[in-house]
Amino acid sequence: MQVHRPATLDEALQLMQRPDARPQPIAGGTDLLVSWHHRAKESVRLMDMSRLEELRTLRLTNESLEIGALATYWDVITSAEISETFPLLAQAAKQVGAMQIQTRGTWAGNIGNGSPAADGVPVLMAYDATVTLASSRGRRDVALCDYWTGYKKSVKADDELIVGIRVPRRACDFEWFHKVGARAAQAITKVGVAMVHSADGWRVTANSVAPFVCRCRAMEAALDRGEVFQGPDDVRQVISRDVSPIDDLRSTAAYRLAVLSRLVFFRMSGHL
Amino acid sequence: MSIGTNTIRVDGCAKLTGAAMYVDDLTLPGMLHGATIRTPIARGRIKKIHFDPAINWSEFVVVDHRDIPGGNAVALIERDQPALVASEFRHKHEAVLLIANASVHKLRDAVRAIRLEVEPLPAILDARATARPEQIQHGADNVLKRLTIHKGDPGAVFASAPHVIEGTYHTGAQEHVYLETQGMLAHRENGRMVVRGSMQCPYYVLDSLTHAFGWPREAFSVVQAAVGGGFGGKEDYPSNIAIHAALLAEKAGAPVKLVYDRQEDMAATTKRHPSWVRHRTAVDKDGRLLAMEIEVMLDGGAYVTLSPVVLSRGCIHSSGPYFCEHIHIHGEARLTNSMPYGAFRGFGAPQTIFAMERHMDVIGSRIGVDPVELRRRNFLRDGQTMATGQIYRDGTDLVALMDRTLREADYHAKRKSHASFNATHPYLRRGIGIASFHHGSGFTGGGETKLASEVWVEGMPDGSVEVQTAQTDMGQGTSTILAQVAADALEMSPGGVLVATPDTARVPNSGPTVASRTAMVVGKLTHRAAEDLSKQLGGVRGPSITGAIRAWHAANPGKNLVGRAKYEKPATIVWNDATYQGDAYASYSWATYVAEVEVDLRTYATRVTDFVAAQEVGRVLNPTLARGQVQGGVVQGIGWAIYEDVVLEDGAMKNCQMTNYIIPASADLPPIRVFFEETPSPYGPGGAKGIGEMPIDGPAPAVVNAISAAVGMSIDAIPVTPERLMERLDGAHG
Repeated sequence: MQVHRPATLDEALQLMQRPDARPQPIAGGTDLLVSWHHRAKESVRLMDMSRLEELRTLRLTNESLEIGALATYWDVITSAEISETFPLLAQAAKQVGAMQIQTRGTWAGNIGNGSPAADGVPVLMAYDATVTLASSRGRRDVALCDYWTGYKKSVKADDELIVGIRVPRRACDFEWFHKVGARAAQAITKVGVAMVHSADGWRVTANSVAPFVCRCRAMEAALDRGEVFQGPDDVRQVISRDVSPIDDLRSTAAYRLAVLSRLVFFRMSGHL
Repeated sequence: MSIGTNTIRVDGCAKLTGAAMYVDDLTLPGMLHGATIRTPIARGRIKKIHFDPAINWSEFVVVDHRDIPGGNAVALIERDQPALVASEFRHKHEAVLLIANASVHKLRDAVRAIRLEVEPLPAILDARATARPEQIQHGADNVLKRLTIHKGDPGAVFASAPHVIEGTYHTGAQEHVYLETQGMLAHRENGRMVVRGSMQCPYYVLDSLTHAFGWPREAFSVVQAAVGGGFGGKEDYPSNIAIHAALLAEKAGAPVKLVYDRQEDMAATTKRHPSWVRHRTAVDKDGRLLAMEIEVMLDGGAYVTLSPVVLSRGCIHSSGPYFCEHIHIHGEARLTNSMPYGAFRGFGAPQTIFAMERHMDVIGSRIGVDPVELRRRNFLRDGQTMATGQIYRDGTDLVALMDRTLREADYHAKRKSHASFNATHPYLRRGIGIASFHHGSGFTGGGETKLASEVWVEGMPDGSVEVQTAQTDMGQGTSTILAQVAADALEMSPGGVLVATPDTARVPNSGPTVASRTAMVVGKLTHRAAEDLSKQLGGVRGPSITGAIRAWHAANPGKNLVGRAKYEKPATIVWNDATYQGDAYASYSWATYVAEVEVDLRTYATRVTDFVAAQEVGRVLNPTLARGQVQGGVVQGIGWAIYEDVVLEDGAMKNCQMTNYIIPASADLPPIRVFFEETPSPYGPGGAKGIGEMPIDGPAPAVVNAISAAVGMSIDAIPVTPERLMERLDGAHG
C-alpha cells in the first residue's frame, strides 16, 4: 500500500495528474473502509486529504453555504446556524450510519463515492447545490443535479477533485426529508425523498430509486401546476416517470416505487 | 446464600477493559495465518485445481484431503460431512484447500490466485420438492431423519368434530451474528496438539479431532479462548475449523491461526433450520382442542449435522403448553444443497412454537373465541399428559402466569384503544399479540443419560476452590452462576470460587454448553461435587474451608483434593426412544409473552413498541444475568420475526454482510419488561431450570399475532419484512 500525503491542494492536484499512478483520494474513509475487505488486490495507492486545511471550510454567508471537501456530517449537525438555515441537511446527516460515521464521513465524499443510496445527496440536490471541481487545468462549478451521467459515472474528469459544495440561500416554505432504511439506525437507504418549495418552485429528489440520486422533474412540474392527488396511485403515475428502481439485495423495485409514492402522497395530503 | 443474588459477573471486568483474549488477539512466535479455499457452486465434483504460476507456492503451506491422517469427516451424529472435500461436494462454500503464510497480505493474494475447476451435479435447493433420482444424496429419499409421536386416536375425532381448522406456517433461516466471528489457533506444545479458540463444546471438538487425526484423545488439548457469543453457532462448526487449523499446524510445523472474517463466517457456517409446519386441529364450539395433526418439515441442508435432534426438540414442542387427548405429530428433516443448518438457540422449538401460537390465534378468529380465552381453556393442568405421554406435574399455574403478563402489558385496555386508533389514523395501525409456550431444559429424552456428564470441584493447595467443567462462558454468565452454585454448597462467598477455563486436558467432560442444560444439569452436578469436596473434609463449610483445604494438602503432599459428581438419571424420569413416549425433559420452563406493534402503511415497516416477558424458570440463580438472557433472546426473536432475512442464492447466503443482513439496533427496540415466577424444580441447583433458549421461542409468534391484529389479516410466514408485508396486503386487496 502506498499513501501520498499532499500538504497543499496544488500538490494534490499534481498527484491526480498522473494517469499511470493516479491515487484514490481518502477523506473520512467511511466508504473505502467498507470495501476494504473486498479489495481486488493488495497493492493500493491512496491520497490522504487530511492535511489540506483549506478544504476544511464550512461557511454560511448571506448568499450561500460553502461546504469544503473535508467538512463532515457532524460539522453540520453541531452548527445551530446551519441546522436552522438548512434543516434538511442536519436531518439527513443525523440519519447517516451512526455517530462514528457522522463524525468522519464528508459531504463531498458522499458525492464522490457516487452511491445511488447516498444519504447526504438528496437534500443537497433539493436545495440546488453545485459542486466545485478542481484540477491543474482550473476550476469549474457543476449543478449537483447534472453531476451524474450513470451508475457511479459522473462529469468529473479523472484528474479532478471535488473541492467544495455550494448551497444557495433562499426562503423556503416547505422542507421535508424522509429516509426509509431497513432499521432505525445504521441502515442504508432503501427509499429516500426530499422535497423543498421556494420562489423557484418545487424540488423533489429521491435516492435508491435510480442509478444515481435524481431530481423527480415530472413530480416537480405536477406540483408546480398545482395538481391534486386523490391517492398514492395518482402520485405513482407521475413519479414513475422520474425513477427507475431495481430489485437488489436490499429491497425490490415494486416496494421502492410504492413506498416513494405513498410517502409523497401522505405528506402532501397532510400539507395541502 | 449466593444463589438468587446479583453476583457481579466474574468475566465482566476483563471484557469491559479489553483485557479478555479472544482467539484473534492471540499470537505465538512463528505463527502463520491460515485461509480456506471453498467450493464455488451448490453441488459438483472437483475436476482440477489451478494454482496461478505468478505466485511462489513454495512459500505457502498447502493442505488438502490427502493430508488428513485419520478419517476425512467432521464426526458428529454421523460422519457424512468431509473435513475437506476430496472430490464430490454438496454445498457452496465447502472447504477444499487450506493455505497458510506468515503474511496476511501474501495469503490474500494467494487465495485470489487459486481457481477450482468443477463439474456441476444436479442440486436440490427446495426441501419441499420431491427429489428426482439424480438429486438423491442421502438414503433412499434425502430424508435425514423422520419421526412420529402418537397419542390417542385423532382420526376418529376429526370425523365428528364441530370445527376442523388448518394452517401452514413458515419460518426462515437465521444467522447467529455472534459479535466474535469463529476462529481457532493450533500449535504443538509439550507433545500435544493444542487447539484454542471460540467454541461452545470443547469435547465435541476433541472428538472430531480424534477422528480426523486417528490419534488418541491424550494427543490433544482443546482450550477455550474468550468467546464472544455462540447462540448454537459454535456448537458444531468449531470442529471444522479446529481440524483445519490443526492440519495446517501439523503440516507447517508451526502455530497456525485460522480466523474467519464476517463475510466468510456468514457464508460458510450454519444457520437456523427453515421450517414449514402444517396444523390440522379439531376443536369444539368453545375452542377446546379435541385432536391435533401436526406435520413438521425442516430444511436440514447438505449434511446430517444436528438435524435429527433439532427435529426431535421441534416435534416435542410442536403441540404447545396445551392439553389435547389425541395428537399425531410427524416430522421430517430433508437434505438440500444448502450450507448445513445447525444448532441455533431454541433448537427447533422456536419454529414449531411459532406455528402453534399463530395457529391458536387463527383458531380463535375462525370460531370467534378470544385468543386469551382460547389459551386459558386449553392450558395443561397438573396430572394431564403432554404429546409424549409425559405427565405434567410441574406445579406452575399457567393461567396465572398468562394473567400476570396480560396485567403488566395492560393488554385488554390496549386492545380497546387500538381499535379506535386504527379506525381514524390515515396510515398507522397498532396491534397487540400474545404467545404462550414452554421449553424443555437439558438434552432431549435419554440424552443426558448418554452424556453421563461429570463435574469436579477441587480444593487447591493455596486453599482456594476451583470448579472444573467443560462449560464455556460465551457471555451468558456460566462461570458466574457455577461459582455461585459451588459457593452456595460450601457456604462461602462466590468471590472465593474460581471457575477453570475449559481445557480438555484438565477438566472433566460435563457435556456441551447447549440445550439450556448448564444451569440445571451442570449446576446440579456442581452443587453435588462441591458437597462431595466438603464431605472429604469432614463436612467443613463456610469461611473455615480455606484453612481445612490447606491443612488437607499439608497432610497429603502431592495429592489432589477433588470433589466429584456424575450424572445419574432421576428414577422418576422414563423415556423410550423407540416409541417417543415418556418424559422428554426432566423439567420445562413456561412463559407468556406479549408484544405491541405499530405498522406504518406508508412503508409497511413494523416497529415493536412494547414487550412484556413473564416466565417461570424455577429458581432464578442470578436475577441480573437472567434478565439479560431474556432481553437478549427477545431481541434475537424480534430480529427473526421482522428483520432477519437470509437471502439464498445457489443454496448459499448471499447477503453475508452486516449491512445487508439486518439485525435490529437498539433504536429499533421497545422497552423489554421481564418478570419471573419461581417454582423450584427438584432437578436443578436451588430449584433452577433452564433459561437460555426459551426467550427466543415466544417473540416471533407474539409479534406476528400483533401484526395480524394490526392489519386485520393472518400473516403466516416470517420474517415479516416490509417488502413481504406489502406483497401480502396488496395481494389480498386485489
